[in-house]
Amino acid sequence: MDFEPSEEQQLLIDQVRRFVREEIIPLEAKLDPDAAELDPADHARLVEKTKAMGLFGIDIPKQYGGPDIDIVTRVLLAIEMAQHRAGLYVPCYGTFGGAGLAQIFEANEDQKERYLYPTLRGEKKAFFGLTEPSGGSDPARAIQTRAERKDNGWVLNGAKIFISNADRAQYGIVFARTDASKGRAGITCFIIDSDTPGFHVRRVVHTLRSSHYATELEFKDCWVSDHQVLGEVNKGFAVANDRLTRQRIPYAAGCIGVAIAAHEMAIEWAKMRSTFGEKLANRQAVQWMLVDNEIDIRTARHFTLEAAEKARRGLPFKIEASIAKLTASEGGGRVVDRSMQIHGGMGMTKDLPLERWYREMRIRRVGEGPSEVQRMVIAREILGSNLR
Amino acid sequence: MSVRLRLDKPWRPLTPEEAARLPGQLGVYQIADAVGAILYIGQAGGRSPFGLRSELAREAEERGPGRQFRVEVNMQYRSRWFELLMVHKADHGELPPDNAKNPPPLGRLSPA
Repeated sequence: MDFEPSEEQQLLIDQVRRFVREEIIPLEAKLDPDAAELDPADHARLVEKTKAMGLFGIDIPKQYGGPDIDIVTRVLLAIEMAQHRAGLYVPCYGTFGGAGLAQIFEANEDQKERYLYPTLRGEKKAFFGLTEPSGGSDPARAIQTRAERKDNGWVLNGAKIFISNADRAQYGIVFARTDASKGRAGITCFIIDSDTPGFHVRRVVHTLRSSHYATELEFKDCWVSDHQVLGEVNKGFAVANDRLTRQRIPYAAGCIGVAIAAHEMAIEWAKMRSTFGEKLANRQAVQWMLVDNEIDIRTARHFTLEAAEKARRGLPFKIEASIAKLTASEGGGRVVDRSMQIHGGMGMTKDLPLERWYREMRIRRVGEGPSEVQRMVIAREILGSNLR
Repeated sequence: MSVRLRLDKPWRPLTPEEAARLPGQLGVYQIADAVGAILYIGQAGGRSPFGLRSELAREAEERGPGRQFRVEVNMQYRSRWFELLMVHKADHGELPPDNAKNPPPLGRLSPA
C-alpha cells in the first residue's frame, strides 16, 4: 500500500497545519497549561474559519451534511490537529465540530429526531456509558448495571465510572444487563436523558488528565420507556464493540500527532542546546534517541494508515486497528519520554507542553482498550479464537 | 475508598502575612466572608508565578481586610476547581457570588 498523501490530501494537510500553527498555538500561550477550552469569542471566530475551510463537522457523514472526508484523509488530518498542547484530548479545541456518538447514527427515526439531529446542530451533547467499577477491559462480563422490565419500560440500577462529559451532556448511551444468564448476549443499549429521575453524576474522577476529567455515575431506580432502547434488546454489546474497534484508528492518530510535535521540539532543542562545549545534536546518545523517535513515529503512522485504508475499502480491520492503537500509544509514549529526556530540566516544566503530553499519553495505553487487550485481540486473530 | 469532595479545612485570615506563609505550589482555594460564607473558588494554575502564595497575596491585596481563605495543594487543580464549583452549586443552588459574575463552562453533579 502507498501511504504517501495524494495532492488533494496534501492540500488539506497544509491547510490544517497552518490553522494549528497560526491560530491555535498562539492562543495557547495565554491559556493555563492544562486548559481544555478556548475563550468563547476565540472559539466562535475559529469555528467560522473551519467552516470557511469546508472542514467543519469533519466526522459527520456526507448524507447528514458533512464534508465527505474518507477515513484515511481523516487520519492524516487528525495527526495534524493533535500537534499542540491540548491536542491529544481536545484537538483544536473542538473548532472542527463534532458528530456525536457513532452509535446514534444507528438509531431509529424517532430517536434520530430527538437525539442525532439536535447533536449535529450543536444543540445536544452526549456521553458514552460503558465502563463500570467492576471493570472496563472486559465489558461483556464486567457490566453489572441491571435493567429490569417494568411498566412498558426498564428500570436501571448500577454504576459507571471513567465516563467523560456526563456532567455536561444532555443524554448518553448506557449499556446495562437485561439477561443475566446470557453473558455478552444479555446486554442492551439505552439512551438516557440526563434529567431522567434516578440518573446521578456523583463525582469527578481525578486522573493524570487534569484538563478533561471523567465522572462516576449512579443509576438508582432510573426508569426509561421502551422508546429509549437503541437497537435491539440483548444486542447492545455488538453496538459497543463496533464502536470500540472503529475508535482505535483516530485514537492512534492523535498519539502520532503529539509524538511528531514532541519529536520536532526535541530535534530543534538538540540543534540549539550545547553541553560541555558540544551541541546535543552531535552527541551519539541524543542522536540515537532521535532515531528511535523517528522509528516509533514511522511505525505507528504506517500501521495506523494501513488500518484506515482497510476500513476505507470495507475490508476487515480489527487486527490492524489493534496494532495501530498499540504501536501509536506505546510508541508515542516513548517518543514523549525521550523528548523530555533530551530537554533535561526544561522538559519537566509546565513552561513546555511535554509534561502534559507525558501525563496524557500515559492514559492512552489504557484508554480504548489497554495494550494487553490489544495484544489479546491480535493473538486470537493469529492463533484462532478458540484458544484461551 | 473514601473520596473527599468538599474542602473542610479551618479558615485562615486573608492577610498578606498569612498568604506569604503559603507554599508556592499549584492548587485550589476558597475565599469567604467573616462568617464563612464562600465568596469565591479559585485556582492557582501553571501560570501563577508562585502558585497559591501569589494568588492569595493578590486576593488579599484586592479584597482588603475581613475575609478568610483555605487552600488545597493539588496538581489536578483544573479538575478539582471544576469539581468544587459544581459541588458548591449542588449544595447551595448557585455559584459563589464572585464566580457567578464570570462563570466557566460547568456541568452538574449530584453528590451523594
